[in-house]
Amino acid sequence: MTELTVSTPSVDRHRIARYLQVYGVYAAVAVLLIFNALFTDNFLAVSNLRTQLVQVSPVVIVALGMALVIGTEGIDLSVGSVMALAAAVLPMYLGYGVVPAILLALLAGMAVGALNGTLVAVVRLQPIVATLALFVGGRGLALVLAGGQLKQIHNSTLLAIGGDDVLGVPVIVLVAALLAIAVGFVVQRTTFGRQLVAIGGNRAASQLAGLPVRRVLLVTYIACGAFAALAGVLATARLTASDPSAIGNLMELSAITAVVVGGTPLSGGRVRVLGTVAGALLMQLLRATLIKHDLPDSMAQMVQAVIILVAVYVARERRSR
Amino acid sequence: MTYSKTEATVIETRAEPAPDGVAAPRRTEQAAALLQRHGALAVLIVVVLIATMVFPSFGTPDNAHNIAIQSSFLAVVALGMTFVIISGGIDLSVGSVFALGGVLAAYASRWGLLPALLLPLAVCGLIGAVNGVLVAKARMPAFIVTLASLLGARGLLLAITHQGADTFLVPKDSAFAKLGQGTLAGFGYPVYLAVAAFAVGGLVLQRTRLGQSVYAVGGSEDAASLMGLPVARIKIVVYLASGLLAGFAGALNAARLSSGVTILGVGMELDAIAAVVIGGTLLVGGAGTVSGTLCGVLLLGTIQNMINQIGSLDSSYQSVVSGAFLIVVVVVQTYLSRTQRIR
Repeated sequence: MTELTVSTPSVDRHRIARYLQVYGVYAAVAVLLIFNALFTDNFLAVSNLRTQLVQVSPVVIVALGMALVIGTEGIDLSVGSVMALAAAVLPMYLGYGVVPAILLALLAGMAVGALNGTLVAVVRLQPIVATLALFVGGRGLALVLAGGQLKQIHNSTLLAIGGDDVLGVPVIVLVAALLAIAVGFVVQRTTFGRQLVAIGGNRAASQLAGLPVRRVLLVTYIACGAFAALAGVLATARLTASDPSAIGNLMELSAITAVVVGGTPLSGGRVRVLGTVAGALLMQLLRATLIKHDLPDSMAQMVQAVIILVAVYVARERRSR
Repeated sequence: MTYSKTEATVIETRAEPAPDGVAAPRRTEQAAALLQRHGALAVLIVVVLIATMVFPSFGTPDNAHNIAIQSSFLAVVALGMTFVIISGGIDLSVGSVFALGGVLAAYASRWGLLPALLLPLAVCGLIGAVNGVLVAKARMPAFIVTLASLLGARGLLLAITHQGADTFLVPKDSAFAKLGQGTLAGFGYPVYLAVAAFAVGGLVLQRTRLGQSVYAVGGSEDAASLMGLPVARIKIVVYLASGLLAGFAGALNAARLSSGVTILGVGMELDAIAAVVIGGTLLVGGAGTVSGTLCGVLLLGTIQNMINQIGSLDSSYQSVVSGAFLIVVVVVQTYLSRTQRIR
């Protein structure tokens, strides 16, 4: 490493910056937890912790897919619209049973992901533009499918998925946790994960090294679409209604924020799964803290903006020299 | 343009040995370049012709006035976005800034026309400048910086309006209200202001040192910097302009609606980006025109109008059509620009 030749004080500064970059988000979550435990009434009550976890779960699920896409030096703006699409498809096929309905909703998300992936991998569009089209069109399509209406969900199995516990943990939280572990495993321990990170680091070099660039990109975007659709299904089950006009609004921003705050650089080549989960938790805790202490929503948004800027400033790629 | 010059030299050197062999590909190449630059205009003309034939009420002057005034606010926002994208950046904050500009203008309109314009311009210009400084000086990705100011501006707006509970009204018959509602020859004043903004924007981009520098920075930041261009300053100016224009558009819209509506502008940044991209400006920076953006905005406005004409159709179809349109345009553009580059 070139840093070895630099004088000692700047090495220390680099090291501090790097620790902040990697562990800053965990430290921030810990600080917020301690602060709330001391100063917020009823924060440690089981019901409150449950609420926080249930609320953050859809963001975590979407952010996991987003982290994979960002790892390939991409971005997916269409996730919120995919949630709406899944929410619209779900009640249409509930007549055939819960499993087919959920599978079809996921399939819709994967189809959107496949289109995004094709545009990025084969046509070689910039990810922002490719996914912008489905951001615009996806929600419109969802509204057309749903006839612009909110539909109540009466299916008991689906409602159970939204509201019930397994071993004392809400199903949504359990799904989010399992997915986080699975994604972490894929990134760290599988060929696919290593290829994904390599492509994000340098697409041309990966191509020359014989990696299946197109296939990996395609699969990544399809996975992101499937995750977003799953989040849409779970959120719909929890709300007990399918509302394609409202569900997943601004979700793309929340997910990107969670990923970036969690230390995954937008320039690709690295995926921090645990950091992403912590990033989503951090934003959720921050919002809850501000609201619990009677600070208005406007303040919460401004604080969120500052946190994003600080996180990116800390994590920004230092230019060589 | 710089590369037309290199094209000419290539032709000169090749002209002697194989005059026939070169001429044919050059013509298709020119056609591709022409289509890429004016494709939006061609599509706009076709769409307008079809709409006029299919819908009897489409071609009426009233409807033309409608499309023009409805497009004028997005047009002003998209003009700023064009500059940002040509410089190689992106500005996601314009939707929030648009709404903020409207609320500030409505708030200040009680003191007269000038404060109603100056307050939003000052605040929105400041937000733009901060975006620019963070992008240019702190070297943070434009996407994230402007994402943060999207949230920040919306938060500021909510703080001013007590969480959206207060709606500021523009005094009736004030000069400011007239600016938004008055008409001249059928077209509303905002239409003329938007056209004027585009004329000025086009001149600045094509005919001034600053405009050419914006192209240079977008084409290659390192090369521009080595050429001695003040890259950071140019970027700051570009984001400043985007903030100012978004705030101005918001103020005009508030004047037209007689109030500062807090829920406006959500998703507007993506409409603006879509219009710019449809207009032939490349998102990688370094190429693009304001006239293309104008065509892109009008195209989106015309599609919306056409879908409104089919009364039975849900307005959600509009976003489906716009999204499909965006994909087609961008894919075609990508292939066209590729044939040019390979040669």
